Order: sequence, then structure tokens, then C-alpha cells
Amino acid sequence: MQALRVGVLAFHGDVAEHVRATEEAGKHLKRALHVILVRTKDDLRGLDALIIPGGESTTLQKLCEREGMFGPMKRIKNIFGTCAGAILLAKTVRNKEKDQRTLGLMDIEVERNAYGRQTESFEKRIQTTLGKIDATFIRAPKIVKVGTDVEILAKDGNEILACEEAKGNKYYLALCFHPELTTTKFHEYFLSRI
Amino acid sequence: MTKKTGTFRVKSGLAQMLKGGVIMDVVNAAQARVAEKAGAVAVMALERVPSDIRADGGVARMSDPKMIKEIQKAVTIPVMAKCRIGHFVEAQVLEALEVDYIDESEVLTPADEQFHIDKTKFKAPFVCGAKDLGQALRRIQEGAAMIRTKGEAGSGNIVEAVRHIRTVRSEIDDIQKLFKSGNTRKLKEKAAEYRVSYELVLQTAKLGKLPVVNFAAGGIATPADAALCMQLGVDGVFVGSGIFKSADPKKRAKAIVDAVAHFTDAKKIAAVSENMGEAMKGQEILKLETRYSNRGQ
Repeated sequence: MQALRVGVLAFHGDVAEHVRATEEAGKHLKRALHVILVRTKDDLRGLDALIIPGGESTTLQKLCEREGMFGPMKRIKNIFGTCAGAILLAKTVRNKEKDQRTLGLMDIEVERNAYGRQTESFEKRIQTTLGKIDATFIRAPKIVKVGTDVEILAKDGNEILACEEAKGNKYYLALCFHPELTTTKFHEYFLSRI
Repeated sequence: MTKKTGTFRVKSGLAQMLKGGVIMDVVNAAQARVAEKAGAVAVMALERVPSDIRADGGVARMSDPKMIKEIQKAVTIPVMAKCRIGHFVEAQVLEALEVDYIDESEVLTPADEQFHIDKTKFKAPFVCGAKDLGQALRRIQEGAAMIRTKGEAGSGNIVEAVRHIRTVRSEIDDIQKLFKSGNTRKLKEKAAEYRVSYELVLQTAKLGKLPVVNFAAGGIATPADAALCMQLGVDGVFVGSGIFKSADPKKRAKAIVDAVAHFTDAKKIAAVSENMGEAMKGQEILKLETRYSNRGQ
């Protein structure tokens, strides 16, 4: 089997953590991977999948747009976004900065900084369809609404913490927390869906 | 299952999310918006930028809470603020204001010449300055979740920032060599010299880098300065006076963000550096009356 080409958007955020989690996930699955740090349109060429890390969604958006990357990113078949990455995937965003735009690929509505400021950031052991994991929420968003084709992978009370959407040959995975800090389960799951 | 707030993972986690970014000093809501628009990952709210603190003299203290609140209202990115070294009540006030990160900063006039703040007692995370590995590890042991190499704030001169990045790097290389050769005795001596636990020295030696995120600061005035720090291995940069003391802050702010995002791409750095107007006027380090970087050991 040919090595999967997995890009990690690398301008800013917890890029190294995602690279490590992806490489470990590849080893666990015994799948050959080529992880690419993405900073330009050229870097997006020929990717099987893209990971959008945690960071500041407004900064990531601006840097992507300055490189003219939004168009080509929308054509990528598999995208996994954590925290800021989930915001970039969402069709609708609450508590936006004035000029904020997203890729608008997933039929979900996300509220930015929904828990409050950093002093409200937290860790919690949560139940997911992949089992129990230690989840880290940092100035985290909430997924407040999902479309009918969106599958929920983790919930806490009424709060949706993780979800996925497959339509046609496209697959998107969005998480409010940062699995890359504590587990490779979600990276393995994402790779297995490609 | 309960939520745990204020854990070290949560505190250092925010710094991890800021990596590859630029944190800009701002003195009012209008500047904060310029910074956010340029692509800053956070802003540092303070009353005067370091070069003005230098020029004005006198005691520099924590900012007016009203100004911090106005900046919090103006932007959606994290807002940091500075307290004086050892002034744990200023830190309590900043935490009560729900500042996202507290900078226990040598740019303000120190309040305690013996003790830094016990940062483990706070829910808000702290960033602290360091000019060598000993200072960095002492601050981490006190609970800092992020380190910035000090540089010389308000100087517009990159030389001290480079010195401090290189010093920390070479001292980490030294302990890494000791670890690789299994020289426990020497590593223990290092821990005693740095006045920190052996475990912390061992952890750093194993990792080959600081166990928390490390930004550069102090004297960054151009996109090339920022990219230089990045190529020397730091995780991101703080820019103080360099932006709003330049001829065209909007353009310079954006150019520095772009240079950090593409720090190995010289063509890109050339393109963003074009026609930016004058940089802030820098100063020779030897001619400075006060060396902020000598504060806080």
C-alpha cells in the first residue's frame, strides 16, 4: 500500500503535538504515512488528508487566506480539526471576530470561547464512541448545533464534544478538545477512515 | 466525572496553542484591534510599551484594570497582562480580571528582590522571563507554564534576545550530554547549581528542550528579527515596542506575523519586509541606563 500523505497545517498552534500523535497512530495501525507540514498552496497538493490543529482560529484563517489556501483546502477529501480546527470546519460560528470566515465544510454551528476565558479551561475524563479518554479543553468552543448528516462521537450532558460528517467522497471530523495532548485514539480513527 | 480547572496541563496547554504565533504589546483597545487584525495570537495589555517606560523612568506597575477590561472587550484572542516580579497581589487582581496569561515581568519595577510569585497557587497561567537555563528552570519550578527569553525590552536591539536564546540552548545541550553519558553525579550538581529539583533537570535533559513552551522577547523590531529568533529554535515571539513605535504599525504587525508563520522562507520575509517605513529607533545596549534583563534572578 502506498504511504498516506497527511498534511498538518503548520503556521501556528500545537502542530508538533499533532505530528507526533499522527505518526504514533500510523505505527499502531501499521500504516505507512508521510506527514507534511503545510504552509503554502503547493504543500496541499496531493494530500490524502489534512489536520487543522488547535490555535487561534482567526490567525489560522488569515494566514490561510493570505496564501490563497481556502479554495484548495476545500477540495481536500479528509479533514480533521481540533478546537480552532473545528471552528474552521464549521458552516456557522457564534462569537466571531468581525471579519472571521471559515471553510464552511461541515454542517455544524460552533460557539467560540464558549466556556469563557482561560481560567475556565479544564480537563475532564469523557466518554466517546472510541472509549473513555482524558480530554483537555482550552478556551474551547462548543458545538451547539449539528445537521442531520452529522454523527456525534462524544457528548457530555447536552454538550456535543466531537462529531463527524461523511458526504460523497468527503469526510470531516471535528473535536472541541485536544486529543493530541493525551491520546492517539482519534488520530487512529481518522486515519482508518481515509 | 468532574471538570478540573487550573491544572498544569491546562495552563501549559494554552501556551502550546500559541506556538508559531506573535504576541503583541498594546496600550489601548484600538491597538488591540490592529494586532488582532494583523493575525496576532494574543495581546499583552499594558499602560506603556517598554521603550516609553524607559524614557519616562519612575516605578512601572500593573496596568489600570479598566484599560485591561476595555482590551478584553475589544478582541476575541487571549489577553495577557503584566504584574511586577514578586507582587502576588497584582497577580491576584489580574486573575480576578480573568486575564488569560499573567506575565511576571522584569519590564515592570520589581516588588520583591528575593522571591518570585508562587505561581502554583494560581488558576491563571504565568509566563516568566529568563536569560539562562537556571532562571528558566527556577521559574518553571515556581509554576510558570511558559518561558520567554528576556532579551532587552524597549531597546529595539535584538542582540540580547539572541544571547539569551543561545545561552539557554547551549546549557540544555550541556545537560543533555550529561544525561546521554549517564553522568548522574554531574546532573545532580547542575540541579544544585540551578537551585531546582534533580527531576526537573533530568526531565529537561531527556527532552533536550525546556519542558514548557519558550517564546523570544526583548528587542524584536523587524520581520527578519522575528524570523531569526524562530530559526534559533524558539516557539514564537513577543513584540513590545517594535510595532507601535514604528512608522506604520498595521503593516509592520502583519509583516511580523507573516515572517513568523513562514520563518524559513527568505523570499517571503523579503516580500513582507518591503517598504515598511521606519522601524523603531534602537539603542546600543551599553548606553542603556537600566538593564531590565538583570532584574529577577
